[in-house]
Amino acid sequence: IYDRAITVFSPDGHLFQVEYAQEAVKKGSTAVGIRGKDIVVLGVEKKSVAKLQEERTVRKICALDDHVCMAFAGLTADARIVINRARVECQSHRLTVEDPVTVEYITRHIATLKQRYTQSNGRRPFGISALIVGFDCDGTPRLYQTDPSGTYHAWKANAIGRSAKTVREFLEKNYTEESIATDNEAIKLAIKALLEVVQSGGKNIELAVIRRNQSLKLLESKEIETLVTEIEKEKEEEAEKKKQKKST
Amino acid sequence: MALSSVLQSESADFSFNNDRSFSFGCRFGQTNLGFGAAPGDRLNFAIKASLGPDDKDGPERKIEFLHGTTTLAFKCWINFSVAERNHQRTASKATNFSSQEQLALLNQPAIPFVIIPQFQHGVIVAVDSRATAGAYIASQTVKKVIEINPYLLGTMAGGAADCSFWERLLARQCRVYELRNKERISVAAASKLLANMVYQYKGMGLSMGTMVCGWDKRGPGLYYVDSEGNRVCGDLFAVGSGSMYAYGVVDSGLRQDLSVEEACELGRRAIYQATYRDAYSGGQVNLYHVHSEGWTRVSQEDVLKLHHQYQEPKK
Repeated sequence: IYDRAITVFSPDGHLFQVEYAQEAVKKGSTAVGIRGKDIVVLGVEKKSVAKLQEERTVRKICALDDHVCMAFAGLTADARIVINRARVECQSHRLTVEDPVTVEYITRHIATLKQRYTQSNGRRPFGISALIVGFDCDGTPRLYQTDPSGTYHAWKANAIGRSAKTVREFLEKNYTEESIATDNEAIKLAIKALLEVVQSGGKNIELAVIRRNQSLKLLESKEIETLVTEIEKEKEEEAEKKKQKKST
Repeated sequence: MALSSVLQSESADFSFNNDRSFSFGCRFGQTNLGFGAAPGDRLNFAIKASLGPDDKDGPERKIEFLHGTTTLAFKCWINFSVAERNHQRTASKATNFSSQEQLALLNQPAIPFVIIPQFQHGVIVAVDSRATAGAYIASQTVKKVIEINPYLLGTMAGGAADCSFWERLLARQCRVYELRNKERISVAAASKLLANMVYQYKGMGLSMGTMVCGWDKRGPGLYYVDSEGNRVCGDLFAVGSGSMYAYGVVDSGLRQDLSVEEACELGRRAIYQATYRDAYSGGQVNLYHVHSEGWTRVSQEDVLKLHHQYQEPKK
């Protein structure tokens, strides 16, 4: 029966289905996005795979076009639909307008799609939040976040999924001009943010970057390990300095 | 319906009954001088001699608008290339039209000669202003340049109704794009929108050959779009029955280092020469200049005045 809406208002003005969808998002694995000066970084918590499972088929960071990519938190199956539609829209835009999409345009498209599902017969909202990153034609880096209700906002850095609040607080404290001064620093900030909530370190982190005028690059586990070791060394050095200060 | 999908609104109902009368209060199929035909309807310009209700076989003197026109546009850019396009429906390109469609095509105002050369100062657009129906001059004061928005122009060749209707629709789409994306639409995108809109009606009798001219972040833009589905970018196009004469003048006069006034004068001269030789072009020469700030109406001059001006020194 498609004549009844599933998402209806409650007496006090809530759309419960949308809020439940947001709960589903909170159960998904963490994803963090950072907007640097010449680089945008996406990091996700990799769920541990079963022994017999092929690791490579579990990908949470997807390219939408050469210059845009997204990570999501929530229902993977829902995300697949959204990503497919977004990919088609990126190409349609190139066809009709003869220009690549801006990050804002494709975010708006995804958000409009999500909103439509909160106001349709017989459909439930998408259970995902997405972090969409990329560069516009004029070289400006962008980071947007969408949520199941269909709203979208631009961010300098954000996190979604499990323990997103913790990660966001960490970012609020540590996202400074100098912390994103170089590409490497921005990547390290993303890893540091994820390490707050991910157990057992670098093995469970998946990282992707887009640099201006380059396509999406997924970092190999070796690179991540190197960076993690670097970070841990820096932490030790910090701790040492503090001890010395205290003792003197 | 293709049009409602174009308008994206269920409330836009463009279905027409064949019984509905058009302008002048005449019965459709009989005397129909209106420009209100809907897409899909056959443009019907027929003055019926007062015979019986027998539309089909009775002797009819149809008002035929030949595509007498000369429209010209050229970009003035660092490398001059003047492309004048000849949009002569009667000749070559025309696929086999039935006599009805012939009429529809003929319902074009004299194809103004639009020269659009590209030059570093932008795009010059020059058109004539005559509309003919066979040997009858229907009007000498047709506006063949349609102002889509302050930085985009469209020229008109082919069916006047088709051109003005679809270009106004294009204006609407451009405005919506601007509001949604907070930036002006590019000339490429605008011409693409128009081409895609009319392509849905391909084969249904639309007759439109227009040049979309403007200035966007890539510089001056010039595209030729027609109802066959052609859409080409170029530096110079001349469209219409007088286009050959225009091409001759522009090709010989086009240089890389033309100033704005010289380019305008070239366009004006080219249209004048076309009106001189082509019976279906005439009236006035309307000249526009598209630059980085938008378009400006440079001049409107009567062809007769230009004739005296050019012929005077020869005496």
